[in-house]
Amino acid sequence: MCSLALFPAPLPAGQSTLCESNNELLSGGGSTEDRLKQESSPLSLYFPRESLKLHCRTESSSKAAFLDHSETLWMRSAAAWRDGGFTGLLDEITNSNTEVPKWMSVSSGFTLALIRWFSSFHGSLFPHLTMSSEDMLAEFSQVLNWSDCVVRAFAWHPHADKFALALLDDSIKIYNPKSATTPTLKHRLQKSVAAVQWKPLCASALAVACQNCLLVWHVDPCSLSTRPSSGCAQVLSQPGHSPITSISWSPSGSLLVSASPMDTAMMVWDVAAESCVPLQRVGGGGVTFLSWSPDGSHVLASTPSALFRVWETRMWTCERWPCVKGRCQSGCWSPDGSRLLFTVQGEAVIYALTFTDSPAGVPSCTSKGPQAASVVADLSETTFNTPGGDIIVGGEIQSLAWDSAGERLAVLLKGDPQEADRPAVIAVFKTRTNPVFELLPCGFVQGEAGAEARLIQFSPNFQHGALLTVCWSTGRITHVPFYFLSAGVPHFGLGGSPSLPRPQERPADFNQSLFTELAS
Amino acid sequence: MFSAEQSCWFVRKVICWRAVASIAWAVLLLPPITAVFVLLSRFSLLHPIQSVSECLSFLTSASAIFSFILLCGVIIMVGFLNLEYYTVIPTIACSKIALLGQLLHPRQFVNSLAHCIMGIIVAWCCAIAIGGRYETIAYPCTPGDGADSSHQMCLNELHFILLLAGAFVGLSHSMLGVIYNMNYVPFLTVQQYKYLRFKGSLPSLVKCSATQALYSVRNYIVVYFFLGYIPKAWICKTLNLHLNSSVHPLDSIAGLLDLNLLYQLWVSAGFLLLTWHVTLLLFRIFVTEVYSFPVQSSFTEDAHQCLPKVITGKQPMILKFLALQDLALLSQHSPLRRSEVFSLSQPGGHPHNWNAISKECLSLLNDLTQRLIAYHDTVATNGRAKSLPTGSERKTSSETSSTEDLMSPRPTFLMKTPASVFARSIVGTSQSPLTAPFTSPDPDSPFASPALRRLTAPADPWFGTVQSPHVMRRLPKLWSTPTDSQVNGSPPASPSSVPSPKQEPSKPSLLAQFLQNRKEQLPEASSQALFADSQAHIWALEGLTYLVQASFSEDQFGVVQTALPSILGCMLVLQEAVDRHFKLPHASSKPVRSASSLGDSTHKTLRFALRATLKTAIYRITTTFGSHLSAVQMSAEHRKRLQQFLENKE
Repeated sequence: MCSLALFPAPLPAGQSTLCESNNELLSGGGSTEDRLKQESSPLSLYFPRESLKLHCRTESSSKAAFLDHSETLWMRSAAAWRDGGFTGLLDEITNSNTEVPKWMSVSSGFTLALIRWFSSFHGSLFPHLTMSSEDMLAEFSQVLNWSDCVVRAFAWHPHADKFALALLDDSIKIYNPKSATTPTLKHRLQKSVAAVQWKPLCASALAVACQNCLLVWHVDPCSLSTRPSSGCAQVLSQPGHSPITSISWSPSGSLLVSASPMDTAMMVWDVAAESCVPLQRVGGGGVTFLSWSPDGSHVLASTPSALFRVWETRMWTCERWPCVKGRCQSGCWSPDGSRLLFTVQGEAVIYALTFTDSPAGVPSCTSKGPQAASVVADLSETTFNTPGGDIIVGGEIQSLAWDSAGERLAVLLKGDPQEADRPAVIAVFKTRTNPVFELLPCGFVQGEAGAEARLIQFSPNFQHGALLTVCWSTGRITHVPFYFLSAGVPHFGLGGSPSLPRPQERPADFNQSLFTELAS
Repeated sequence: MFSAEQSCWFVRKVICWRAVASIAWAVLLLPPITAVFVLLSRFSLLHPIQSVSECLSFLTSASAIFSFILLCGVIIMVGFLNLEYYTVIPTIACSKIALLGQLLHPRQFVNSLAHCIMGIIVAWCCAIAIGGRYETIAYPCTPGDGADSSHQMCLNELHFILLLAGAFVGLSHSMLGVIYNMNYVPFLTVQQYKYLRFKGSLPSLVKCSATQALYSVRNYIVVYFFLGYIPKAWICKTLNLHLNSSVHPLDSIAGLLDLNLLYQLWVSAGFLLLTWHVTLLLFRIFVTEVYSFPVQSSFTEDAHQCLPKVITGKQPMILKFLALQDLALLSQHSPLRRSEVFSLSQPGGHPHNWNAISKECLSLLNDLTQRLIAYHDTVATNGRAKSLPTGSERKTSSETSSTEDLMSPRPTFLMKTPASVFARSIVGTSQSPLTAPFTSPDPDSPFASPALRRLTAPADPWFGTVQSPHVMRRLPKLWSTPTDSQVNGSPPASPSSVPSPKQEPSKPSLLAQFLQNRKEQLPEASSQALFADSQAHIWALEGLTYLVQASFSEDQFGVVQTALPSILGCMLVLQEAVDRHFKLPHASSKPVRSASSLGDSTHKTLRFALRATLKTAIYRITTTFGSHLSAVQMSAEHRKRLQQFLENKE
């Protein structure tokens, strides 16, 4: 098993990681030319928090700014029905007890109490149901500290060199190094963006998970418009399916799945036809995180409870995977879709599940999966002795990212927000999937002083190795290239080409203590 | 139609058995639904336990069992009608008058009548189940005068209103079925097991039955309030019953404000619709289940059941659709069957399987391209100047043998929709306000040649003095129902409207004007009708491109390579035609979502699905082959378009 003790010590404060070259991570000091070098790259962006126009008030508080206008009971009831649904209506009737008959206000108050009692009972089964939708998004997002993060979501295009990012002010920007225009997408319904993802095998479609609905933008890559109209967006919504915390396109580009912790069904959308098929499984109380395997055969769906499911996508049946400790926080698939790495809340380890293909051509009702997950990496707290003093690294894991060649695995560690000397860090592993699965330490990726990593993602089409994009708490976005020779050029196909033996790049001195499938 | 299909092995061996299985399941589901209905209709809040025990004792009584058998018969009948009337290509009426034509069509009339009668039977069973004052149609009463004490039989209007409600709901179900294309069997993109699919759609089914029952009952009450006295008088006369004057008549406001009556009407209508909808849903689920055709067989007598043979067939449609669906799935999911497609024939070494499949898919796509181009031409020239000569020839040919194809090289397949589309585009859009001022050549202008004038005149049967035989020919086109209506059904009422333009040439009659107004509507429908069968094209595109993608690593003999230029060319041409079509007005407007109806609306969005699938399909090839595509032979124009895809700029 690989542990953090095998890692090279983190950099002293003020140093930041620039790239990996010749099998080691290069760092630069706080010197200006280093920074200039990094910032001169066209895709490095900086969004100072002050530059964003934030909503200073939420909508409910803006009500107080206006004079109270007395409306008739009917109007108020209708408004309450529209805003708050049935409970809102009951609340309104109960509160206006001077105008309605006494029996009505008493009975509605009684009903309201009954509903609240019942929902509190329901909420005690699934505590997440009592959270507000903002809190829920922050809790289940893959982004660390989502509610305070300047860049709330980020997505590379799977084929072209462009990416989309969602900012704190609910706008989405699309950056393309080859084009001078950066379209900004704004929509009335685009609030609290939790995730964005580009449609595979399409140049223009971008799916956005919002608080109340799902938006699919069609941004013409040749258009010169910087503000595409909201007519370019398809709105997909389903009652009871909000807030949406996670979305995932099928790699073939035909289907989109969306998940909400409030809804026990996950939706499979046929986006062009704007129709959806709910896949309902009550256990777990909702769906929080989705990840479609790159070969399209499986979907990981985690729930707010200590349970996650792995769906196979041919007949849409699922396997249940109960966890011992907490819910599944994050997961990622190997490029061939045969291996799933996942992390569990409250534990500092990475688990692996291996899926072997069912015999070719025979549609099996459930894919014969593994019996138990194995631990492949231990990321518990480790103390490094550095000249600048002891540094403690490790702990719970926020998210995982695996590059499209299957050679680098980035792990975002939460750190401890209470203690200043334990910020969130990114640990990067070298991985091999053939002939046996191996994890080898690579190093820590650090940013400038005072910057904490919030969000990590690998670029899917970087020719010279892997390119890790990191969004920092300061609002800066940097790209850390990992230069290495990869035998498997990213290959989009069903079966995959016959794989050649990878060039050996294993450091000799770590050999005996590393994780391999054979040893464990 | 059914007897013609009977000869096909597939209908005999698979579809019929699937229908039988679905009906069997519907009958098996009937007891629990009936039990719930009895409970709902007999439950009283004041005596809960007593009413439950009453329900149980009723359910075991002889009358309950008799009515249950009747209900089973109704379900079997509904299942049979589903099998008889289902279609995989929706019939889309391009104008309101065409819709009216569909509703009045004799075949539809039989359907409506059957549903009406079955509605009455179900309502009678409901009346038995509700019991109490609803149970019998007549009861002994004393005549209102009170003078003589001789007993007479009086009409129980509560029972009568329930029976009529059953008939009304049955009729409206059948009519709404036409409007919402309920006989259309949609294929879902997400494959699920039958049980899970049924379970998943059951809640929405119950909700939709309840809401539809509510609307039907509301409409029924309005109708009964105004017209209820007619059937009431008739039944009294026929059965020699009397009206009890001491009871409120129900076709009055006071009589209809009986809450219990309204509740029972709603629950009964909900029960009726739910059982029928369950039957329909089960039928759809069973019929659209994936059927796995063998790619090749070692026995020659089974050769006609293999995928390459079946996919090229034309009738029945369901067979072709299931074959294409199977192709799309096998190309996506099963390497073993893909390898059979890529294999060579044993003596000779020809890739017969691949050739047959790719040829059929390409001809389907070419067919659509031709159709789109022809439609675009007619719309662009406003249906007059350029394409009318062919158009009028087309008309005569389509009138004489209306199953003959007009544009596409493949006659019988997909005939239904183009006919109605062209009828609409030539007759209907000729005065569409959006294009008329720009493109319509003025027949009276001095620049118009007499030939042109002669040609343009028939395009508008209400314009000027028309002595052309085309008018007589064209009129049935107004109804634009597919083939059958013109083949076996005499177009109803149309001859009556013919003389009007002849008799008073300058001033069209009111009826004509009315008709003219009606047929200008539903602008989006012609676009829908054009893509009505596009599910087949979507599967063809998916199947073809997944196979091409897989061939990159799996095709050992290079059988796919030879077809690559034609596949790419075909898809690029189609892409251009689709792009052009979506620039037309109304083509890209989204249909209104109709919630709470079982009629599936996927056929309305098929054109968007096709556009998305086409783009994805081209990208699938370009991302798989990448720069290798530059070695493929193609025209400069196609290469330019393909380059856009290679650069991710489409």
